[in-house]
This record gives sequence, C-alpha cells and structure tokens, in this order.
Amino acid sequence: MRLLTHNMLSSNIKGVTNGFPLLIEAEKVLEKPVDFNPDFLRNMFPKIDWKALVGAAKAVGYGELPDAADSAMLDSDDFLRHLHHALLQLHLEEGALVCPETGRRFPVNKGIPNMLLHEDEV
Amino acid sequence: MSRPEIQAPPEIFYNDEEARKYTSSSRIIDIQAKLSERALELLSLPNDGVPRLLLDIGCGSGLSGETLSENGHQWIGLDISESMLNVALEREVEGDLMLGDMGQGLGIRPGVIDGAISISAVQWLCNADKSSHEPRLRLKAFFGSLYRCLARGARAVFQVYPESLAQRELILGFAMRAGFAGGVVVDYPHSTKMRKEYLVLTCGPPSLSTATPKAKGEDEESCSEDESSGDGENQTVCISDRHRPRKKQRITKKGKGREWVLKKKEQLRKKGNAVPADTKYTARKRKARF
Repeated sequence: MRLLTHNMLSSNIKGVTNGFPLLIEAEKVLEKPVDFNPDFLRNMFPKIDWKALVGAAKAVGYGELPDAADSAMLDSDDFLRHLHHALLQLHLEEGALVCPETGRRFPVNKGIPNMLLHEDEV
Repeated sequence: MSRPEIQAPPEIFYNDEEARKYTSSSRIIDIQAKLSERALELLSLPNDGVPRLLLDIGCGSGLSGETLSENGHQWIGLDISESMLNVALEREVEGDLMLGDMGQGLGIRPGVIDGAISISAVQWLCNADKSSHEPRLRLKAFFGSLYRCLARGARAVFQVYPESLAQRELILGFAMRAGFAGGVVVDYPHSTKMRKEYLVLTCGPPSLSTATPKAKGEDEESCSEDESSGDGENQTVCISDRHRPRKKQRITKKGKGREWVLKKKEQLRKKGNAVPADTKYTARKRKARF
C-alpha cells in the first residue's frame, strides 16, 4: 500500500467521528520505482492532507518532506521529487493501520490492508 | 450456469481455484477489458493527459485496473475476496489493493476521488449472505460513502448485471437517494448476449453536463419511446421493452398476423440469429381442413 492510499483512507467503524489519519505500524517497507509525473502531483496536491502525509512518511522512515507545504512549492523540482517518492514509491508491505480513536488494528499483509469490519462495528 | 451471486457469497465463491480460473480465461479477460474500457469512456474524464486518482470497486484480480493503468491513471482497488487480491498481487498490478466490503461503506476521506468504476460487482450488494446483512442498509452505506468520497462533479460508472427490473430499480433508487444524478445506459439493448448495462452516476445536482451519455448499438425506433428526453424523474432511465409485460400487448382472435411475424424475424436477424428468409409462405394461414 502506498502512502497515497493511506492519505485517503479513514477508519470506517460505526460511531467514530475522526478516523483520520490512521496511524502506521510499519514492519516492512518496500520501495518500488514509479514513473515521475509532475502533472499528477500538482493535481493531487490540493487533495492531500499534508500533516497526515508527513506523519505517515516519518512512520515508514522517510524524513525528507518539509513540515508545512503550500502550492507555491510545487514549482520546485526538488520538492516534487520528494513528494513523488513519498506518495507513490514507498510501499507499506507488512504492518498495521491503527484507528486513532478506537485503537482498532487493521493488519496489512503483502501490501494489502484488511479493512473488513466485524459485524458489531458496522 | 446459474449466476455466481446466487451460488455463494463473493468471498467464498471466489476462492483460490475460482480466482485462478477467472483470471486464466482469455475470454473473461477480453470481456473485462472491453467492459472497463467502456466504463472509462463513460466516466468522461477531462482529456488533458493528467492522470487521475480512480477507485475500482470490486477490483478482483485487477483486470479492470489494468485498463486504468494503461490509460495512465492511478487507482485504488477494493475487493472482498482475498484469493482474487492474491492473484492481483501475482499479476503485479500497478494500483493499490484493499481488502474490504463495499456494503460496509468505503472508508475514504471526503472529496478526494476523481472517479469510480465497478465492473460486475454492485449487484452482489442485493444479496443477504449473512444474517446480519440487510441489502437496503448495505446499498445505503455504499452509495452514501461513495458520494462523500467523490470530488464534486466526478462520475461513477458501474457495469451491472441486475437480476430483474426490481433489482435495478432498487440499486438506482439508493443511488438517487444518496444524491447522485444520472441513470442507466444500456448498450446493445436488443441483444441478449451483448446487452450490457451501465449505471452512470454523477456527484452533484443534475445539470446539462450530467446528462447520461448515449448508449451503443441502440435502434432509434425501438428505444426512442423509452428514452424520450423529456422531463420527469425517470428521464434518463432507459427501460428496454423486453421487460414490459408481454400479455398486455394486443392479443386478438385473429392471431398475431404476418406483420408481427416479420417484425419478430427482423428483430432476431438484428441479434445475429439464423432466420429463414421471408417468403410468400411466411405466416400464411393454413387451410380450413386442418
């Protein structure tokens, strides 16, 4: 699972009001090369929750992202490269996502997060 | 073969063996690719070459996602069958995969997805596979969460195989209740084999830009009456005449007549069936001695 997906996921448990961002417990992180596409990043940038992305990147051991970002920084190639790497190339392979409110763990196996809820959580 | 929906729940029906069968059949791969290409076309994303973030609901082994990747888009796939997702991993699909149940809601942040497609999956929601399942609630949760996670003006295109007219109305009804505008596009409405239904939903209030796209292989004469682009709630819903109650069509003592037979033969020809030529003997009355 890439951090792009992590940035979009929120906890879906019944009664949880603020299920975002899910905390990452990383056991194994992979890097897979992806073609660099600045247009996609510019298009995606307004939709990304920056704080969550920085937190997630740190959780998987990538600290190159600045703590705050605004759209003016999108002109910098350096910034885009870092964003590209964090968003698309880092994969959480094994570990878990933890709901920030209830502490429920969603295990991640082979890069696939198991977001299935138990019957009492729907 | 009966429909997979009535055999077993999806996470059980698509076990390791079935998942492998599904993905090794070149016929299914071909059909899936065609369906997803058409779905992507119906999504009508702006043609500016910028990759979008799309959602593939019921992505299975990633056959439909492959079409999205080929068109340069990033996608997130959701499926309930672990075996199917394992096959997707083996095939090294480019999108991200997620194990989840669409009937539990999608669990995605509001307003971030640029479009959603789903190939032959939504009809599963109409089944109650567990005692805790209530199809209406599941449909509501699904469409509600989908509406929230789509960006404004984004589209969702679902290819569905509804079992009956009632099932289609049920699905469409819940989509409308969630706030979607749109309707059903039926490609090749006269053919039983090639007939494909797509739910084309737009996030946001109805407007000119949300008009349902034109279907393929549609005959002006036979569908125009259903699709008369007039007003009213059902304006975009194309209900094909084959679901009309047949009995109400005129049945007189004289029988159906030559014209009716010719019309029927023409319809069958259009479907590609082998039909005997029209001659002077076609639909001719027998002599009285019979």
